[in-house]
Amino acid sequence: MKSFKLFLASASALAFSSMAGATDLEVTHWWTSGGEAAAVAEFAKAFEATGNKWIDGAIAGGGSTARPVMVSRITGGSPMGATQFNTGRQAEELVEAGLMRDFTDLAEKEHWKDVIRPASLLEGCTVDGKVYCVPVNIHSWQWLWLSNKAFEDAGVPVPTNWDEFVAAGPALEKAGKIPLAIGGQSWQTTGTFNVLIPAIAGKDVFLKVYQDHDAEVAAGPEIAKVFKAADDARRMSAKSNVQDWNQATNLVITGQAGGQIMGDWAQGEFQVAGQVAGEDYTCLPGLGVNELISTGGDSFYFPKLDDPDKTAAQEVLASTMLSPATQVSFNLKKGSVPVRGDVDVSAANDCMKKGLEILAKGDIIPDTNQLNTEDTNNQLNDLFVEFFKTPALTPEEAQKRYAAIIASAD
Amino acid sequence: MSSSSGTATRRPSQMFRNLNAKIASIPMILTALCVFLGGTVWTIVYSFTNSKLLPRLKFVGLDQYERLWSAPRWLTSIENLFVYGILSLIFSLVIGFLLAAMLDQKIRFEGVFRTIFLYPFALSFVVTGLTWQWILNPDFGVQHLVRSAGWESFTFNPLYDQQIVIYGILIAALWQGTGLIMCLMLAGLRGIDEDIWKAARVDGIPMWKTYLFIVIPMMRPVFITTLVIIASGIVRLYDLVVAQTSGGPGGASEVPAKYVYDYMFLAQNLGQGFAASTMMLLSVAIIVVPWAYLEFGGRKRG
Repeated sequence: MKSFKLFLASASALAFSSMAGATDLEVTHWWTSGGEAAAVAEFAKAFEATGNKWIDGAIAGGGSTARPVMVSRITGGSPMGATQFNTGRQAEELVEAGLMRDFTDLAEKEHWKDVIRPASLLEGCTVDGKVYCVPVNIHSWQWLWLSNKAFEDAGVPVPTNWDEFVAAGPALEKAGKIPLAIGGQSWQTTGTFNVLIPAIAGKDVFLKVYQDHDAEVAAGPEIAKVFKAADDARRMSAKSNVQDWNQATNLVITGQAGGQIMGDWAQGEFQVAGQVAGEDYTCLPGLGVNELISTGGDSFYFPKLDDPDKTAAQEVLASTMLSPATQVSFNLKKGSVPVRGDVDVSAANDCMKKGLEILAKGDIIPDTNQLNTEDTNNQLNDLFVEFFKTPALTPEEAQKRYAAIIASAD
Repeated sequence: MSSSSGTATRRPSQMFRNLNAKIASIPMILTALCVFLGGTVWTIVYSFTNSKLLPRLKFVGLDQYERLWSAPRWLTSIENLFVYGILSLIFSLVIGFLLAAMLDQKIRFEGVFRTIFLYPFALSFVVTGLTWQWILNPDFGVQHLVRSAGWESFTFNPLYDQQIVIYGILIAALWQGTGLIMCLMLAGLRGIDEDIWKAARVDGIPMWKTYLFIVIPMMRPVFITTLVIIASGIVRLYDLVVAQTSGGPGGASEVPAKYVYDYMFLAQNLGQGFAASTMMLLSVAIIVVPWAYLEFGGRKRG
């Protein structure tokens, strides 16, 4: 093992020896769509300005493809310099196994506790009072993106909430549009359902189901209403035959689809396509029903390394990612909200300002990644991808299975 | 095992016969014992634990198996494997044998045909899967072609229909694998003595009868080898599904190997993945052990 590590180290040293002097730090992430790539380039630029070298380790195919690669590299003894995970419980066991670097000292020196808001973000990084990751953005799932053009073509006004949207479905269909675009990846279907819960049944039900894992509520009448709404969503999305989330967003951008339920990262795509919020597209936080947002997002974890140069570079990267300037430039491109409350976001567009307002009011819920283990999320994915593609699976039957998953969650 | 070691103690000379060969095979024996057997035992032991992302020895009895057999996705996977397995076994053998029998008629350009039929085998499952994903895509593939030729209502989109998606995967698998089966069969046919054919002709037995009642029974060893190759291909079906449908639409084309991978690495639940892979091992053992007993046990007696 040791010799293999040495071999790897020398091989990588050889490969990058031309850039001697600066320390190379490989950073793995799954940001590959247009808007995401533009955002991550901001990180790279800021990091290279410190005299180090950013080795981009983008892994295509989304988080579900990338995470197994990242985890197996860390547990297999060839860790990268830094890696993305979603803020929450995804790296929980890696931290517990002592594979991740502790950043408590840096956090205290730079007063992360005071600048990062909401506090739940840093709590997600904290295990036994020690800080193990750097939250870089706040992403919320609770958005309905609507194409103004599609509604114009169908001759109906742009809806202002979920019910109006469902009512507009037949008109959209008649105009040859897909009312609701959902990609074939399973996390998108689960995400859609998880957005419907707080919008239809309210914040308390959401927390009871996912925070307390209360199976009775999950089997109860409130969630039954959510399943009815999901049934509507299923009917409206029956014709969308794309895979990736950004392809689904693209259907909305080009006016082929009426809307999409997707997190605020979709905003990056609208921006790359040169669309203007309010004119070309409309965003409804909380589906226009319950205006609240979840405070998930992405965090960077730093595996323990032997090389002292790289260890020093990790520290530089961590503080670069949190610096006010990088936070603004990165998050504007990404469509997400900065984790620092003390930065200037006047350049933000309408949709992002709506998000900031809701955040300031404190109408927030934790992200499902912070509440559920990957195991539970994966079981939910299996259920919802089947539900959305199988008209024969009734909402009642699906709810029974849903309650069973919640009951077994830990 | 016990009988052979008993022989060894009675006649120690047996143990030291071909000593060099035995020493030379020690590395392979160790590999087999440590890696294959050790890995298998380790997996089975940990399938009784609640290991999540990292393995840990906290036993939970049969919990993982109970969850496995009540998971709708696992049941779909088993059903798919069953349908795919039986059909791919039958069609590979029948098509492979028919192609081989046709090539065996001393036709012209035999080499060319053989190469054409065997060529898909040179492609990996991922490439095969992607190619067939395009061919079966309703917007660019066969359906589009037939519709643009004038038959507007023609519908052929197996990969987008839950009921028949597994057949879409079967088509790709047969296209890829039948060539190899044909070659094995052809080798078997060439091994049949020319005199048998002459004798059959003298007796006036029609050709199909000669194949069915004389040649095929004589090709038994070839059939068994082929069977093992096909069967191992069935159980490890994974990459083709990932490339063609990634389990969709709506999980209708899930297979057990994909369940194992997804739960071990995506869901960070090693225990569940190990339980599923142990069930796969068990199903292989149920098929292979009786067969091996009949095959090798019988030979020893004879």
